[in-house]
Amino acid sequence: MSDDSSLLSRRNALKCLAYGGAGTVFALSGGVFTPIDLALAAGDKAGTGKLGRPLFVQISDTHIGFNKEANPDVAGTLTQTIDIVNAMPDQPALIIHTGDITHLSRPAEFDLAQQLFSRLRTSELHTVPGEHDTTDATVTEYFNRFGQASNNKGYYSFDHAGVHFIGLINVLQFKPGGLGTLGDEQLAWVAADLKGRSASTPIVVFAHMPLWTIYEPWGWGTGDADQLMIPLRRFGSVTVLNGHIHQIVQKVEGNITFHTARSTSYPQPLAGVGSGPGPLKVPADQLASMLGITSVSVVKHPSALALDDTALA
Amino acid sequence: MNRPRTQMMLTAVAVVILAAMEVYVPSAADTAGATTIVVKDFMFNPTPLTVKAGATVTWTNKDDEPHNVVSDTGVFKSGGMDTDESFSFKFDKPGTYHFTCSIHPRMVGTIVVQ
Repeated sequence: MSDDSSLLSRRNALKCLAYGGAGTVFALSGGVFTPIDLALAAGDKAGTGKLGRPLFVQISDTHIGFNKEANPDVAGTLTQTIDIVNAMPDQPALIIHTGDITHLSRPAEFDLAQQLFSRLRTSELHTVPGEHDTTDATVTEYFNRFGQASNNKGYYSFDHAGVHFIGLINVLQFKPGGLGTLGDEQLAWVAADLKGRSASTPIVVFAHMPLWTIYEPWGWGTGDADQLMIPLRRFGSVTVLNGHIHQIVQKVEGNITFHTARSTSYPQPLAGVGSGPGPLKVPADQLASMLGITSVSVVKHPSALALDDTALA
Repeated sequence: MNRPRTQMMLTAVAVVILAAMEVYVPSAADTAGATTIVVKDFMFNPTPLTVKAGATVTWTNKDDEPHNVVSDTGVFKSGGMDTDESFSFKFDKPGTYHFTCSIHPRMVGTIVVQ
């Protein structure tokens, strides 16, 4: 709630309450990525105009197939999210989905998700899987649909508008009792992928589970993420995007900005509150205020992101 | 006067029956039967669980969050279990089997097959 609160009208605030899980827009502003609340971006053209054309939208944790009390209509909230993206005056060039597309990796869930995604005006969709997308016995449902970009490896890179994007998978090589894992092969690939690139190239890294340890007892982190940071440190602008925890947590470390997105499906508790990171059931009015309070903000500099870490408080 | 005595007798009969069942169950050929592990509050319960060779163990998810069970050595792997869904596996060979929920790798459990 730090900045530009003046942009907030009651109407926008209510819109954010209604569409609390919408997503995050990233605009390239002076070479530095700045996340903007998506609901606000859709409702306040002046606010986003200050930051330039949005480069991409991050959607996360759609959990298609979930039908419990915390949100019996996740298809509906994803549809609302897509409506907001489609209503943006300047359409983003890309959409990035940071995983948990489905709840149980079931074919019908993936099919419905793809059907809903097909309504996006921006057709370029990049994905990485979450652990909920890889629970089928053969781990093939996700890759049959989204594996082409990575040659079924789950990790890949591409360039757009001078920005280098790296999608990573950290939900497969889990260790019992441990955190997410990238694995040596993927880490070596990242180092090779970055080698020789100019340090002035803005880098965006996206994966499902947080690439830094937010709360180890709940597995909110990636055990070997430190090794990933080594080849990234020399770059002047690195943005690391994750989902998984269904709430916004941000951190800035040197030139690296870490940001977890909200879910479009249901909230999860703050780290360590309750028995585990399951769906958080709260009264509708409480849910709205939780989502609304932290989502309504526009930040102009990464250093301000750290101050916004108390998301969904 | 009659009523308490009747109750006592019924109680006594019930005790005898229960005692008979307790003797019967472990000695029966199919006993090794069915054993359930409840998955609730992001924990497996009971764990460790000791069963006889040939027993079928059933995991039932009682959380609103899906869980699965994956053997550390690849002996068994369930799909994602939604609320109230179950997965069963028959343990023929004695040994110690560690397993994890790969969705929440902090959740670990052990089955000892005798």
